[in-house]
Amino acid sequence: MIRTLMLAAALLVGSVLPMHADADKRINVVTSFSILADFAKNVGGDRVQVSSLVGPNGDSHVYTPTPADVKAIGEAAVVIVNGWGFEGWLNRLAASARNSSRGGKITIVEATKNIPALKDNDPHDHDHGHHHAGEIDPHAWQSVENAKIYVQNIRDALIKADPEGATAYRANGDAYVARLDALDREVQAAVASIPKARRKVISSHDAFGYFASRYGIAFLSPQGVSTDSEPSARDVAAIIRQIKSEKIPAVFMENISDPRLMNRIASETGAKVGGTLYTDSLTDENGPAPTYIAMVRHNIKALTSALAD
Amino acid sequence: MLYDALIAPFVEFEFMRRALAGIVALSIGAAPIGVFLMLRRMSLVGDAMAHAILPGAALGFLVSGLNLFAMTFGGLIAGFTVALASGLVARSTETKEDSSLAAFYLISLAVGVTVVSIRGTNIDLLHVLFGNILALDDTTLLVITFNATITLMVLAAIYRPLVIECVDPLFLRTVSRAGGPAHLAFLALVVINLVNGFHALGTLLAVGLLVLPAGIAQFWTRDLSPMIAFAIGAALIAGYGGLVLSFHTKVPSGPAVILIAAVLYVGSVLFGRVGGLIQRLFPGKHLEA
Repeated sequence: MIRTLMLAAALLVGSVLPMHADADKRINVVTSFSILADFAKNVGGDRVQVSSLVGPNGDSHVYTPTPADVKAIGEAAVVIVNGWGFEGWLNRLAASARNSSRGGKITIVEATKNIPALKDNDPHDHDHGHHHAGEIDPHAWQSVENAKIYVQNIRDALIKADPEGATAYRANGDAYVARLDALDREVQAAVASIPKARRKVISSHDAFGYFASRYGIAFLSPQGVSTDSEPSARDVAAIIRQIKSEKIPAVFMENISDPRLMNRIASETGAKVGGTLYTDSLTDENGPAPTYIAMVRHNIKALTSALAD
Repeated sequence: MLYDALIAPFVEFEFMRRALAGIVALSIGAAPIGVFLMLRRMSLVGDAMAHAILPGAALGFLVSGLNLFAMTFGGLIAGFTVALASGLVARSTETKEDSSLAAFYLISLAVGVTVVSIRGTNIDLLHVLFGNILALDDTTLLVITFNATITLMVLAAIYRPLVIECVDPLFLRTVSRAGGPAHLAFLALVVINLVNGFHALGTLLAVGLLVLPAGIAQFWTRDLSPMIAFAIGAALIAGYGGLVLSFHTKVPSGPAVILIAAVLYVGSVLFGRVGGLIQRLFPGKHLEA
């Protein structure tokens, strides 16, 4: 009996070890949020093991790192972040990872390198703590054109961390950039199908600056509306006035989550109520935006169906 | 200037007119009920009933989303069940009404919370807790006015036994058997008006339009009919004032209505002609007048 068990154990160990060896060959890549993780997976393919600090559906703005994150960063061959102050919690996390890791050497790559930055010139955005008027808007990935630069930066970082895989990373990167090119044209074609006068929405999102400047859909912020808690009559009146005076065809307001109120605003102004737009995070496998490409497609579909005549 | 502050919002925006119409209907139905609740020393019963309704509304919401009729129906069923069960237990055993009601509303609340958490909690459920008077559509307005009408009609039918039972329940028992049915009908009206209120104010604040106007009215008159009129008036002022307040400030509308009612109440406690603090401290002036 004991002998059989030992045999079984030996077999088990024998069967597990080679897999371990295989897994160890893959390099550890840690990204700060799920969209970067999707880029890294597409470029790295089988050669990388990608994990994201802020998972799907998480909010990178207000994330609080855990001790497990310190460990993950310490063990990563390369850490890919957005930069431009998007991950405000990153510096302290990196410092504590440096203190606790063996070599004390952690490679952090900012994926927004070489992307022309837009100033965040939205003066109404005083309710979010994370960035203020005049600072750089960090949501550069919302333009597919910029996503290509993200991918190139990530490709270069992976090649630096794992020179043996250079050819694979280049091939994967080129293939993915080609898909992004097609996506970019797709978005432009979709926007072109919307009449020019209707290319504007009211949105509580502050993440569409790059999208707006690349594709020409204006994102107006609701004026004088506090985005947290229950809206007052004044908030609702302000939104209705703005929609009427600027003839805005659609409203994307996630902070007013009460569908009854959105319907009231819609029927009083004639504006359409748009669906969900995904900005800072992908959804999980079963959601409508499990990958970056799916996310952009989802958003443009929500926009075109709300703005079409 | 005064026009801009007080009337213009209602001229410019349809949602304000709808909110005003809704609050008027609510006030006319709820305020008289509140007066009887107060006279029967049942003001807190209103609060307990609001909790009892919540699970029913939540169940209706879980079954068919923010469907007006499902939520109203669920709330009515839960409220009626608790009201009838506690009323029956109180009248057929030695238990007092307050303890049987407390027991039944807690049971209802526990069942509701259990079912909700089994089906997975939903943030949208908060909309059940905090209704929205700014989002009244046609059907909601119709339901509210319909319920208010029913309330007035039933109240007219049971007015006499209800009043006598408030004043002298023993006398009523000797001359009539209407006391029991009238009491049950009255509890049903309480439920209807709470369900009415939660469309506009949410389950938590719906009680406010029942209890506060009656509390205000009792400081101004001792007679029943004027008291009911006073209560309706106070509810209307609170409703209108709350909407205007919410329009000019950032206070959400539901709390704004109840806050105005609270200010009126504090004012009545201080300056009320009948048992107000100042009148009690300086009774001479009033006697001379």
